[in-house]
Amino acid sequence: MSTDVRDRIADYLAKFFPVTDLQDTDDIFKRGFVSSLFAMQLVAFVEQEFGVTVENEDLELDNFRSIASLERFVTGKLAAPVAR
Amino acid sequence: MSTLLGRPPVADIMLDDEQSAARAEFADFVDRAIVPVAGDLHRAQRTPPELIRTLADVGYLGLPVPREYGGGGCDAVTLGLLAGELGRGCSSLRSLLTVHTMVAHVLARWGTREQRNSWLPRLAAGSSIAALALSEPEVGSDAGAVRTRITPTDGGFLVDGRKRWITYGHVADVFLVVGRGPDGPTAVLVERDRAGVRTNLITDLIGIRASMTADIRFDQVRVPEANLVGRVGLGTTQVAGTALDLGRYTVAWGSVGIIEACLRASVRYVNDREQFGVLIREHQLVRRMVSDMFADYRAARLLCLDAGLRRDRRDPTALPAAALAKYRASTAAVRAATDAVQLHGANGCSDSYPVQRYLGDAKVMEIIEGSTQLHQVGLADYAFQEFAAVSMGSQP
Repeated sequence: MSTDVRDRIADYLAKFFPVTDLQDTDDIFKRGFVSSLFAMQLVAFVEQEFGVTVENEDLELDNFRSIASLERFVTGKLAAPVAR
Repeated sequence: MSTLLGRPPVADIMLDDEQSAARAEFADFVDRAIVPVAGDLHRAQRTPPELIRTLADVGYLGLPVPREYGGGGCDAVTLGLLAGELGRGCSSLRSLLTVHTMVAHVLARWGTREQRNSWLPRLAAGSSIAALALSEPEVGSDAGAVRTRITPTDGGFLVDGRKRWITYGHVADVFLVVGRGPDGPTAVLVERDRAGVRTNLITDLIGIRASMTADIRFDQVRVPEANLVGRVGLGTTQVAGTALDLGRYTVAWGSVGIIEACLRASVRYVNDREQFGVLIREHQLVRRMVSDMFADYRAARLLCLDAGLRRDRRDPTALPAAALAKYRASTAAVRAATDAVQLHGANGCSDSYPVQRYLGDAKVMEIIEGSTQLHQVGLADYAFQEFAAVSMGSQP
């Protein structure tokens, strides 16, 4: 499951960082393509791709900083009971 | 429906039956309730409260608000169809739909349970009108540079600053204010009746002259902590970003409405006006203007439908799709309105014909919710996203 999550995140981010290979722990906010629309697209991607809801409290930079942190965040959301 | 040729415009083949029926209902409402008064609103530079009440009573102001809060729960395509029809009739009223639904959308998406329960039923019913207070006298496109201070204080925030060009700000009951706090951009709800809130109507705009646009002063306005929307520090990215994404989408549709209005007026005129012994529709350069207008209309409409369908699928590409639609539709609206005035000749320069109003309204569409130039700079990034993988693997 986790590898699948990681690969889907990496595939998506590859569209934004095509010039060099993005390593799992690379900080994507330091790689040049940073805009409010990019951040919103990232949230929309996570929600659509994995069927989770990103809440206010989830909007921590550490949840979105790298492939590894996104994988951790998504895996945690998928494992958590739905509470709305 | 009374249109020039006695039949409704070509149905959008991508619409389902429910959406087609909704569009027909919107068109009928606009033809009956808005088109006949739009010129008067423009000249009076006012939207009468009873007209806002009418829009609320037919459920249009709350159309996209989730049903659990009393709204219509419509899909994005249907919201777009409404914006398109309203835009065809009156860009000011379309802008009311835009600002009101931007705030409702933000609250539905990022509001606390208390904010959703408190505000969404009122916004759905139109018993409260909402406006987005983002622009300032010195801050337009560079939204991250807002100067209005939102300072944490005992039990809440102190809002201090000035907002300008706030559409329907003169009549709104609540403002979603984006300002700057010690920890970065912050957004709060400010009710009109709080001490220290003053609005002044701005008149003599080039377009959307009935939009009750206001200059607003927030003089040491205290709001409770419960009025915080989204995260402290994310007022621009999270809150304004979410609002403007929907705003771009409905403005794009409103621009399509302007193009359609230009087409209707132009086709009517060239089928009636004679010069050099023939109807001017026979003149080749007139035909060229109508052809360009028609091509722009269909292309912009398809981009808007594309953006709406992506939005309904919650596809991340809905964001660039809305930006692309807004860019193309608003610039096309200016072309269409310019040509519509041109082929009306001197008549087009007077307020005896609606095309003069369309031109001013269209120009505003190019400026609000991200200027043409911002899109010209930013849209390239989406081209890089979409085509980089292809170009990386092939030689020129």
